[in-house]
Amino acid sequence: MTDMPARQRPISPHLTIYRLTWTMVMSIVHRVTGSALYFGTLLFTWWLVAAASGAKYFDTANAFFGSWFGQLILLGYTWSLVHHMLGGIRHFIWDTGRGHGPERQTLARMTLIGSVAITILLWAMALLLRS
Amino acid sequence: MVELTLPKNSRVVEGKTWPKPEGATNVEELRVYRYDPDSDANPRIDTYYVDRDDCGPMVLDALIWIKNNVDPTLTFRRSCREGICGSCAMNIDGTNTLACTCGMDESKGAVKVYPLPHMAVVKDLVPDLTGFYAQHASIEPWLKTETPEPSAEWKQSREDREKLDGLYECILCACCSASCPSYWWNSDRYLGPAALLQAYRWIDDSRDEATGERLDNLEDPFRLYRCHTIMNCANTCPKGLNPAKAIAEIKKKMVTRQL
Repeated sequence: MTDMPARQRPISPHLTIYRLTWTMVMSIVHRVTGSALYFGTLLFTWWLVAAASGAKYFDTANAFFGSWFGQLILLGYTWSLVHHMLGGIRHFIWDTGRGHGPERQTLARMTLIGSVAITILLWAMALLLRS
Repeated sequence: MVELTLPKNSRVVEGKTWPKPEGATNVEELRVYRYDPDSDANPRIDTYYVDRDDCGPMVLDALIWIKNNVDPTLTFRRSCREGICGSCAMNIDGTNTLACTCGMDESKGAVKVYPLPHMAVVKDLVPDLTGFYAQHASIEPWLKTETPEPSAEWKQSREDREKLDGLYECILCACCSASCPSYWWNSDRYLGPAALLQAYRWIDDSRDEATGERLDNLEDPFRLYRCHTIMNCANTCPKGLNPAKAIAEIKKKMVTRQL
């Protein structure tokens, strides 16, 4: 910096004023789902540990995952997993230098549409198999 | 570092509403970011009204009209008024663009005008681009050769010249870099889309003989790899260029040169 400002210069507004784009939002969601997967994997590990620790512990874990709250978390975990996977594929396509034209918005949109569709499909199949 | 809110001295407050032009029937409202370095006040948003029947169609026309007719203290950069100098880059209605090529009619409701995002503001719509230019200089944007200089010019085939299309047109307006959240949080270490597109312009130049050295300089977790393909750069470029693709090509070169 060559010139000395009289006082600390302000930083211009950014996130609060920037108009959201599909690619931008899907990048944020990719990160959020990635973080959520850490938490979900912990729960999954807990379930496996409970299974190895005997029937009593396994029943406790199963009761938790069977409750409406547990099911909600599992639903979120499924969606996070699928969304993060599709996001990974999207990033892989971009890393090969493809899909950088206007179709980039479609690719971003497909990640969300695809993840919701696959999550519904998986849960429908699971519920059908169980009943 | 990621910071979601603005520091205390940067919070924007509601400013002054300037009077509507008298007798005007066709009026456009502009909400403009103001910051006066000579006062202790925080930045503010002033509201102006422009007489559309007395003013050109672009946002830059409106800003010049305001400066001439309403408020001579309004400060902004401008020069060519035809999208080639890149001086009037700013954030209009949530997207970075050139005020001279952005029509007021493109806005729904009031035209919202801010300086380029997440930059130190010198005054009003003028950001400090010192770091941005230094990053451009750091990629050494000139032809580097080792072979003896030819007696005439360095020759390039038509095909090789075509590879530079979509790269050489960059006017360094900083719209792309200032649109990139990764650059917002890491502009001290990440080169940003503009400098990287410029870097690729020399990497892909058939006449340049420093490709390896150029790639070595970029091979860094921050300088190159802070690009997370958010694509705001490609969405916002007022010249229709694609910095995200140029960065992807650099990343590809990093991989293929190891094979």
